Amino acid sequence: MGKTLFEKIWESHIVVEKQNEPALIYIDRHLVHEVTSPQAFDGLRMNNRQVRRPDLTIATMDHNVPTSDRSLPILDQTSAIQIKTLENNCKDFGIKLFDINSPNQGIVHVIGPQLGITLPGSTIVCGDSHTSTHGAFGALALGIGTSEVEHVLASQTLWLEKPKTFEVRVEGKRNNPHAVTAKDIILSIIKNIGTAGGTGTVIEYRGEGITDLSMDQRMTICNMSIEGGARAGLIAPDQKTFDYLRNREYTPKNYESLVDSWKENLKSDSDAIFDKQFILNINDIAPQVSWGTNPGMTCDVDEPIPSPDEFSNGDVNQKKGAEKALEYMDLKSGTMIEDIAIDRVFIGSCTNARLEDLIEASKIVQGQKVASNVNAMVVPGSQMVKKQAEEMGLDKIFIDANFEWREAGCSMCLGMNPDILSPGERCASTSNRNFEGRQGNGGRTHLVSPVMAAAAAINGHFVDVRKLDLN
Amino acid sequence: MEPFQNVKSIVTPLDKVNVDTDQIIPKQFLKLVQKSGFGKFLFFNWRYDENENVKSDFILNDPKYNKSKILVAGDNFGCGSSREHAVWALDDYGFSVIISSSFADIFFSNCFKNGILPISLESKIIQKLLQETNVVEVDLENQIIRTTSEDISFTINSHKKKILLEGLDDIAQTFQFEDKISEFEEKSTVPSVL
Repeated sequence: MGKTLFEKIWESHIVVEKQNEPALIYIDRHLVHEVTSPQAFDGLRMNNRQVRRPDLTIATMDHNVPTSDRSLPILDQTSAIQIKTLENNCKDFGIKLFDINSPNQGIVHVIGPQLGITLPGSTIVCGDSHTSTHGAFGALALGIGTSEVEHVLASQTLWLEKPKTFEVRVEGKRNNPHAVTAKDIILSIIKNIGTAGGTGTVIEYRGEGITDLSMDQRMTICNMSIEGGARAGLIAPDQKTFDYLRNREYTPKNYESLVDSWKENLKSDSDAIFDKQFILNINDIAPQVSWGTNPGMTCDVDEPIPSPDEFSNGDVNQKKGAEKALEYMDLKSGTMIEDIAIDRVFIGSCTNARLEDLIEASKIVQGQKVASNVNAMVVPGSQMVKKQAEEMGLDKIFIDANFEWREAGCSMCLGMNPDILSPGERCASTSNRNFEGRQGNGGRTHLVSPVMAAAAAINGHFVDVRKLDLN
Repeated sequence: MEPFQNVKSIVTPLDKVNVDTDQIIPKQFLKLVQKSGFGKFLFFNWRYDENENVKSDFILNDPKYNKSKILVAGDNFGCGSSREHAVWALDDYGFSVIISSSFADIFFSNCFKNGILPISLESKIIQKLLQETNVVEVDLENQIIRTTSEDISFTINSHKKKILLEGLDDIAQTFQFEDKISEFEEKSTVPSVL
């Protein structure tokens, strides 16, 4: 029987294997940020341990950095301490840090690929659930907790139970690929499989609907694997992958010979069998908008909000969850999505703040103005994305339309820095989680694609972007 | 890590599905650089209103459950962010057993690193436990939850059970395989970053 791509990467990284026990897996890349690492470094110090492979470890600060003027001091003292702590830890343990003033600073899952640190066939971990993003390059990329961060720092390995495999096959072609985006594909998948549908599995996304996507779009897909409950998401690398990583700042010197071996090895065999399968046809899918408090609570832009009965399909607990969600979101079943007015727009996050996301959103914004009652912001995923966008003049398009144009960071995706919603505010957001209070206590989040967010900013309410001329 | 002891306590019924780690410990409390002291922030936005007044309708604010060590909740507990702060908060508050019909993977793994026992049981048993008002005993060694009316058995991976019962330090365990790690590194074809 053939092997899946996941199984091939797994097997090539086993250090110790015993029956019915977790395997000790070698980790090729460890990405570190300020929020989930301080206690791990403390643990090393308490036990007088070193970082085993500083040369496989990279750090940046992204979660609570301000996105406003970087020449000013950080006002929030606890954030300032956490950022300073990362600087000290990196210095003490010899870890390369892209600090707040580095041109390479940015959201850890945006900079890894951009710098050529993310490599096909490698194992990558980070103390952040959206590490799954790197799976777009055919890497096995896992989000881990702080104890595991400490374990990887100390040993460059992790004890892992072997996940099951889950094939998500995306078939067909989108009618309007500028209006119906990778974000809409992944939200459709999560809506169908549920937020726990991928629990215990590594998803491999396959099919024409996936290979058609650019690398930026593939990252959006893999990024939200965790929202479907999966341990990781994977896409087999192809020519687009190899071209993307060529000549980046940290691309390995022997890159072409690596590409040759990746081409040969990094794909699921034709007779490989997955433990689970889901097929989505995207010929007719619509832009998606979340209406509830988890990413599975999502519907088409031209649909009314479902009733808790329709949503829950007879499951009493899910029904209760939907009722609670509608109450929190201050929405009613039957309301058309396009009739929902918004107060804020956030274009950013490791899901949708890459160059292509900003280009697509700018096409809607060009020559328009943000609706007078809406506050809108663009937070590029990295300083490099910001610079590239500025070279293309995208900053001017957004600023002329009254968007705020910010410095790179996680920003309002999780609101650890000053970028937060006020209680009751409703936001069209390109981020990944619409949990209660995620973007600010009492804030109401609707997950959408960058083009949907841009169109909502201009119109003050959600708009079906298929009606707009996006070419 | 302290070895896991049998737990006897009433259960705190948190009758919600998809309890995410953002609810367990909201982001404003992730800025601390130590592991201790997170208990007072557990379920902060459910326990307190925007003026930080206690919300009397939230289960943890019922004094009856003050000493409870066992939390029972609905499906997909601990989903979302990987923040281990969620487990530190549950631990610091006083919970040492979390029972649900299913757990998110990263949260589940984080529990074992901190001496917390997560137990998965069928939904119908969860529904019964949510109604349980008497003291129950969780016996890890024998993998049994004893209620006044019945013994409920649960499964746990033998390796994970050992880690909890012996309170093992993961990293010290791994260092026993130092030679294997070095051997792997010699063969590895993945280049360094720098």
